[in-house]
Amino acid sequence: MNIPILSSLILLPTIGAIFIFFSRSKNEKYNSSKYVALFITIANFFLSIYLWLIFDQSTSDFQFVETREWIPGFINYKVGVDGISILFIILTTFITPICVISVNKTIKSRLKDFLISILLLETLMIGVFCSLDLVIFYLFFEGGLIPMFLIIGIWGGERRVYSAFKFFLFTLLGSVLMLVAIISIYWLTGTTDVEKLYEIGIDAKYQNLLWLAFFSSFAVKTPMWPVHTWLPDAHVEAPTAGSVILAAILLKMAGYGFIRFSIGLFPIGSEYFVPLVYILSLIAIIYTSLVALMQEDMKKLIAYSSVAHMGFVTLGIFTITQQGLEGSIFQMVSHGLVSAALFLCVGVVYERMHTRLIKDYGGLVSIMPKYAIVFMIFALGSLSLPGTSGFIGEFLILMGAFKKNFLVATVASVGVILGAAYILWLYKRVIFGKIKNQEVTKMLDLNKHEILILWSLAVPIIFFGFYPEPLINTMEVSINNLIDTYNSNLSNNIVMSK
Amino acid sequence: MEYLILFLPLIGAIISGFFGNKIGDRSSEILTSLFTTTAAILSIIIFYNVIFKGYENNIVLFKWIYSGTLDVNWSIKIDALSSVMLVVVTFVSSLVHIYSIGYMSHDPNKPRFMCYLSLFTFSMLALVTADNFLQLFFGWEGVGLCSYLLIGFWFKKETANNAAIKAFLVNRVGDFGLALGVFLIFYYFGTVNFDVVFDQIPQIDKTSINFLGVNFNAVDLICLLLFIGAMGKSAQIFLHTWLPDAMEGPTPVSALIHAATMVTAGVFLVVRCSPIYEYSELILAFITIIGMTTAIFAASIALVQDDIKKIIAYSTCSQLGYMFFAAGVGAYNVAMFHLFTHAFFKALLFLGSGSVIHSFKDEQNINFMGGVWKKLPVTYSLMIVGTLALTGFPFLSGFYSKDAIIESAYLSGSNVGYYAATIGILTALLTSIYSWRLIFKTFHGTYENKDIKIDEIHESPLVMIVPLFILALGAIGSGYSFKELFIGYNSSTNFWGNSIFFLEPLSQNHPPKWFILLTPILVVLTIPFSFILFVKNKDFLTNFISTNQPLYQFLKNKWYFDELYDFLFVRFFKFIGKFFWKKIDGAVIDKFGPDGISNVIKFLSNKAVKFQTGYVYQYAFVMLIGFSILLTILIVK
Repeated sequence: MNIPILSSLILLPTIGAIFIFFSRSKNEKYNSSKYVALFITIANFFLSIYLWLIFDQSTSDFQFVETREWIPGFINYKVGVDGISILFIILTTFITPICVISVNKTIKSRLKDFLISILLLETLMIGVFCSLDLVIFYLFFEGGLIPMFLIIGIWGGERRVYSAFKFFLFTLLGSVLMLVAIISIYWLTGTTDVEKLYEIGIDAKYQNLLWLAFFSSFAVKTPMWPVHTWLPDAHVEAPTAGSVILAAILLKMAGYGFIRFSIGLFPIGSEYFVPLVYILSLIAIIYTSLVALMQEDMKKLIAYSSVAHMGFVTLGIFTITQQGLEGSIFQMVSHGLVSAALFLCVGVVYERMHTRLIKDYGGLVSIMPKYAIVFMIFALGSLSLPGTSGFIGEFLILMGAFKKNFLVATVASVGVILGAAYILWLYKRVIFGKIKNQEVTKMLDLNKHEILILWSLAVPIIFFGFYPEPLINTMEVSINNLIDTYNSNLSNNIVMSK
Repeated sequence: MEYLILFLPLIGAIISGFFGNKIGDRSSEILTSLFTTTAAILSIIIFYNVIFKGYENNIVLFKWIYSGTLDVNWSIKIDALSSVMLVVVTFVSSLVHIYSIGYMSHDPNKPRFMCYLSLFTFSMLALVTADNFLQLFFGWEGVGLCSYLLIGFWFKKETANNAAIKAFLVNRVGDFGLALGVFLIFYYFGTVNFDVVFDQIPQIDKTSINFLGVNFNAVDLICLLLFIGAMGKSAQIFLHTWLPDAMEGPTPVSALIHAATMVTAGVFLVVRCSPIYEYSELILAFITIIGMTTAIFAASIALVQDDIKKIIAYSTCSQLGYMFFAAGVGAYNVAMFHLFTHAFFKALLFLGSGSVIHSFKDEQNINFMGGVWKKLPVTYSLMIVGTLALTGFPFLSGFYSKDAIIESAYLSGSNVGYYAATIGILTALLTSIYSWRLIFKTFHGTYENKDIKIDEIHESPLVMIVPLFILALGAIGSGYSFKELFIGYNSSTNFWGNSIFFLEPLSQNHPPKWFILLTPILVVLTIPFSFILFVKNKDFLTNFISTNQPLYQFLKNKWYFDELYDFLFVRFFKFIGKFFWKKIDGAVIDKFGPDGISNVIKFLSNKAVKFQTGYVYQYAFVMLIGFSILLTILIVK
């Protein structure tokens, strides 16, 4: 088959964006551009599902590879997917339409521009997950900054400018180092093609430095402690749809980057820096869980919880065990669903009350019973109760970590207790108890749109909790291959140095 | 059949949870009760098959998690052990469902309540029918969740919400141990399936392992970690604080979850893992010590509590301690026997006290009751049955199981065993005193309630009385009828089969006659003694309390565990959390990070602005200097 399916996935949202840009809409209220965006993103979702169906799970090779010459002899536009990246693509195409539906009321001004930003962002995010050339990857990866910067800076809350710049500053500083590293890789090897780089490998003596350069970029995006402070601010100020994309997908680009590039390209560097990642991950898990416990702002609480959950991800990735890596990817997908849902839940009440402070709520269960149910499901997903997708990810990660280091796994397991503490306490203060604020009684329960988007997130959270096989099957062979290559690279290097 | 037992409660939960408002209160009550009752009948059939036909089965439903060597299925494992649990769980659950129809008749959220009860039943069944540690963990946390939801069922009560969270978190601490235990098992065996793990345990018998800087024997460590999980779920000392608070939930919940089923999951876990525990003498001794300490500790607190449900809660705690020390001395079958009989009489006591509370319009303090035994004749007589069974009055169920525990502790022949037997007898005495105190203060003496007139007190409806009656039959007869099956000489081969593993064959000896007679005699003697103490001559007690205030306060405040934990953990973590947030995130990272950088840039650009003066001669001067420096460098080179 010759249809360039990946390029179609990447370009379709952009085409939609261009279409919206040129369409005229006088009436701000009944804006048909929303339906265009919705149609495009849903079509893209089905296209990605189709991709998943025809995807061959039995091989770890990159599939649907497309190569086009861009700058002759230097950069090729090269895309392709394997069992790891395809899951992130589906996550992206699944979350984006949900964002589009959720802008229903939240975005009051310049709806068209907002939709264009979201669509462009989707293009860039899908691009990140399927690029097989470092330069292309870098362009997509950093390009994502711009629409996100705009989304926070234009449609954000009161301190949006401060947050947008903080976001930009942090992420850009890390990225510059990655750019330098990419250029030096080109100097060293004469190519930026990921597949070729996997074959020829990178000289052991440069790996540590290069690893650090990539790490600085990914660590900021993950975000890892101590470069996490941009995330709570960005989330607090971002509009709901922005928070959803940020938490569900943008953070995952870093986790993906760790797997694809840090581990794939620099096995020696990775092995050398494993203790560093362990320590930072543990700090992230424990420290931010405790910070989350004390938050008074719902969005900040969930933002901090994201840092803690991503701490599990980085921990799992660098255990470089089958359970750890599969758990990490599972956790990323699961966290993508759960955190998106939690931010949407905050959005639901924020729209009605225009406050994010926990103390302004209380007793919602008798006013909004439907809301209470879905919120409970997401809270349980977040505290990784068995039977939700969160459990599978975290449990596998901890199993993998336990194989490598008892102390690390034990400390990380404490995070599971704390994770239950902050989310249940949040739930209790918002949903249960007596109604303290009379404004609350005027709130309406979920409308049809909200029911649709929240349940479409809740169903996969439960489904994959009981039946994770589809996801694990997809990634299994690729992960196997990744670990095999990693170990053989390491042992080759030891032989060589002797 | 197994499918129906497991999934009927789940279906019931889903229907009444999601469609409760559509099908109405009454239909969801009837539906869920009917489903669990069916499950109970089917469980009894399976139990019958296991007893007489040696039926065993392991049904694999579908794959759950697999990753590398990890390969976990959803499964239904039926053997002697799980069939006992099936009967206990579904039987009590169905009675509690029916009872709740009456008890919750004034509550606006009936479908939700029935949904939670059924969901709990499902999780508990998933726990006991697991064939691997991970499904067990699923059920383990699932019942924890349902317990959380049910304790906090009356969500407007602040105390109920706090108790719910406390229950979940304390259990999570236990689960943390259990999870680490599972990780360790996976670390050694690469699998978490019971049969495979149990087969391979002897291989790592002598392996030692360095865990967090301490050297352990591998089997000891696995046992210890699993037991921490059991301690959390079964409210053993140090992790017991949630159970008394859990009494904030509706009483049927206390009967089902916090007496008959969920809290016994810890005992079940230890018994299920008997093939591991048998290789760890050290941890078995540890279990015995924890068990007997809990038994006497909880009984001592129960002596002075005033809340009718809290007394029974501490009593549960104490009886669980008995089960653990039975398991600790290797008498797993006796532990299971006590679990079995305890389910009947403790559920009976809880539901009976629920009936009392219902009559007193939600009054729970026994100081505001008294003298109503003529008003509540049925409840009263059934509560007496429950109390007799609990205290081990001859020939009722508790007599057989509790005495068997004390005897097997004595027969184990170790120092720990003798000590446990002594504590066991002492606890039996205390149990008898606090139980009769409850009965006498509630039903005898003078009527003390000022809010409700005595004439308004009336017996509960039939729908609540019938389950009590059935449980009473169990409390009377379950000991005698099942004694041979559970703890008879050949029980390990005839009934338990492979489900319980004994490294050494069970002892056939008898303890001396005086020892066998000691406990029943003490128990019988305490009845008139308590009657004098709590009804006839109250002055003696008041004097005793006033002369021994420190002791009384110590017991009244439950050994100050809550205060200690609040100080050690709750306040500490809140303080640390705030410190990290404000001081480190805010005052260090941000100040020197982004805000710092932007300040520096602002500062530098302010300085840089000053260079742009606009005067041509200054620019020319700078150019001249630059040019000359450049020239100098070139020349010197």
